Amino acid sequence: MYRLERVRKTFPDAAALDGLTLTVHRGEHVAVIGPSGAGKTTLFRILNLALRPTAGRLLFEGRDVGGLSDAALRRARTRIGTIYQQQHLVGRLRVVHNVLAGNLGRWSTLRALTSLISPRDVDAAAAALAQVGIPDKLHARTDELSGGQQQRVAIARVLVQDPDVILADEPVSSVDPSLAVTLVSLLRDLSAESRKTLLVNLHSVDLALNFFPRVVGIRDGRVRFDLRPQAITPALLEELYAGHADEERQLAQLKDGYDPFGRACRPLFDLGA
Amino acid sequence: MGGFDSPPMRWSAFPYLLAAAFALTLAASVRVANVDPRLLVDPESLGNVARFVRGMWPPKLAPDFLQLMVRPAIETVQISVVGTAIAIVIGFPLGLLASSSLMWRGVLHEQRVQRRRWLVGLPGYAVARAVLSVLRAIPEYVWAFVFVRAVGLGPFPGVLAIGVAYGGMLGKVYSEILEHVDPRPLETLHASGATRTGVILYGLVPQALPTFVSYTLYRWECAIRASAILGFVGAGGLGQQIELSMRMFQFDEVLTLLMMLFVLVAAVDVVSARIRARLL
Amino acid sequence: MTGGGARVAAVPRPRTAGWLTAAAFVVLLVWSYRGTQIDLGALVGGEAMRQIGGYLAKLFPPDLSAPTLRAAGVGAVETFAISFVGSLLAVLIAFPLALATDRSLLYRGVLYEGRPPAGARRAVRVGVYAGAKAVLNVLRTIPEIVWALLFVFMVGLGPFPGVLALGFHTGGVLGKLFGEVLEDVDPRPLEALQSTGASRLRILLYGVLPQAMPQFVAYALYRWEVNIRAAAIMGLVGAGGLGQRIHFAISLFLERELLTLILAIYVIVTLVDALSAYLRSKLV
Repeated sequence: MYRLERVRKTFPDAAALDGLTLTVHRGEHVAVIGPSGAGKTTLFRILNLALRPTAGRLLFEGRDVGGLSDAALRRARTRIGTIYQQQHLVGRLRVVHNVLAGNLGRWSTLRALTSLISPRDVDAAAAALAQVGIPDKLHARTDELSGGQQQRVAIARVLVQDPDVILADEPVSSVDPSLAVTLVSLLRDLSAESRKTLLVNLHSVDLALNFFPRVVGIRDGRVRFDLRPQAITPALLEELYAGHADEERQLAQLKDGYDPFGRACRPLFDLGA
Repeated sequence: MGGFDSPPMRWSAFPYLLAAAFALTLAASVRVANVDPRLLVDPESLGNVARFVRGMWPPKLAPDFLQLMVRPAIETVQISVVGTAIAIVIGFPLGLLASSSLMWRGVLHEQRVQRRRWLVGLPGYAVARAVLSVLRAIPEYVWAFVFVRAVGLGPFPGVLAIGVAYGGMLGKVYSEILEHVDPRPLETLHASGATRTGVILYGLVPQALPTFVSYTLYRWECAIRASAILGFVGAGGLGQQIELSMRMFQFDEVLTLLMMLFVLVAAVDVVSARIRARLL
Repeated sequence: MTGGGARVAAVPRPRTAGWLTAAAFVVLLVWSYRGTQIDLGALVGGEAMRQIGGYLAKLFPPDLSAPTLRAAGVGAVETFAISFVGSLLAVLIAFPLALATDRSLLYRGVLYEGRPPAGARRAVRVGVYAGAKAVLNVLRTIPEIVWALLFVFMVGLGPFPGVLALGFHTGGVLGKLFGEVLEDVDPRPLEALQSTGASRLRILLYGVLPQAMPQFVAYALYRWEVNIRAAAIMGLVGAGGLGQRIHFAISLFLERELLTLILAIYVIVTLVDALSAYLRSKLV
């Protein structure tokens, strides 16, 4: 699906990615963790084709993205759905339009325009909202929803878009912990049902280790480890987060329940499934 | 709407009524205003425009003409300054009177003798509001026209027109600023036994002052534009010269005057913006 | 207007710069006062006051005869029509020009991080931006009354040149204001829309305009309030509306009719102010 070869991305003030190499296969579920400033968000913006690597190659479905025409680039983007941390919806639009915006890569401009006046494919939007558990919000104004509900709207938009890959960049960092578990499991289950590839950038190590069969640790713009959760030791995590006070505190809490022979971590929350 | 298994949108007649009213108003207005786009491509109109544009270039930069125009340009600035000063003199007291929080409502009046509150405060407030609304609603050009008739041609009617019309605007905005002032410091002063004048001087005015000054400077920017234009009805400044040159088909002079106006307006904008940036 | 409380701390202590600025304004005021050759003493107690008073007395009572009322009514309707169509024309002029000055739609910002336009393509887009800015500046700098004179010269007397004048001047003002709104649009939803594969036109429809529209409407209504006042004077240069009748009334010394016309202006301006405030509260 994705192949990154020694990808570098430098910004005027700093280098965000420094020779990162990574391969993701179709249908995989991958969690990306690492301290803040490690380059995770930059990585996701390169994966969804919003940014271009300064050096190195990005192959999507075996084709070098750098060589695509503008139209081909847009076509490629329709196959990649992105869920952001927060506030990437248009608050003043009703939910139905934000969800139907998932169609914008396919719709003609005329259809997009008429849909703003009288929504098209409302059934698809309603179905997507039902899947994410807020069927009653179809006609609500988006900025009247809670943070968790808005995140569900973002997921519903990706469902309408129906891409091959779902990228979620810290999708749960602004919601409370129990809701975070619900949303991540929702993402995982929806991706599994439709055999989509899923990459999630997570702030919470606990969620990453509990929900994903493959966990990639990133620090200083490079991959530090790329392992099954069972193979990830406290020492690896400490090394990954060394010098980042917040995350170290999180690890200290986590270590109490660490069990190298069973599940990677004691579940902090009972999922009931 | 409807026909799917989701909550139906709340249907509201408002957008349809609004659209219908808009369409009707537009159709009627287009008729009343004799809108005729064909005139814009009419050969005669285009010929007129061509004559105008050809006449404009190059702008007239003869030294004696420029020298002659220095005086009206300075006059434009002076009209705007004195006019704004008069507007403050008119607007400030009316603004105080038109503030409900000062006259009859809110923390300052909890303990007041009811009779005075309703018999003095409320009527004073209502009259001040009405006066401001009249001053404001009549455009400065109409004021200027009337004052030219009353006191003759020259900068004086221009100053009066700006003073009266902008006095109305300043008064309205001053009263809005006063009504939005944080009431807590006022309550503290009031509780400590300050008189109402004391509360106004020590609680209200200091809080409102930066916003007052900022808005007044903004009005000054508008005043310089207005004072340039008031000349069209004979109230001095650059406008009078633009009108004259226009009437005599001296379009090269018009271009020069417009450029002078642009420089003046831009200069005042810069000065005012810099002071405002430091205030707020 | 809010946050008065937060500014308590910001009340400037008397600083040298502050005093100097104030002193400069006093000097400016004295200089201007002398320059305009006004005698405030005469105004308050003397000749000028008597003149103004005498003239105002001549205005009363307003002429309420049927023909005058009819003339005032027709003039008011015409003034309303000029302001309405003129404001709408202004929006039609401002909208495309404002879009052409939105650099984040043209060549920079979040939509172009993946592939910034280069070479000739970039040069063309920078040119579009600069050209639109220049056009807006010209439209805005020329006052509406000068536009009106120009259009009277071009298409003849009547309300139509008034409409064109308001449309051109206000188009420049609104174009600048719209452009500022577009610059302030939150780019994050645009990035999200781009990630669905949406073209820039569709990003405009679903991301930019929904964010900008309430401000656009508010500014357009605000300028309508300005334009009803401006429309009332368009007639002074022959461009229709109440202004033309006021011009006649003043020239022919019909003072009592003049007052009726001024009252008509007051009514129509207050009406439009109220209508605009109502629409703003409903739409924004």
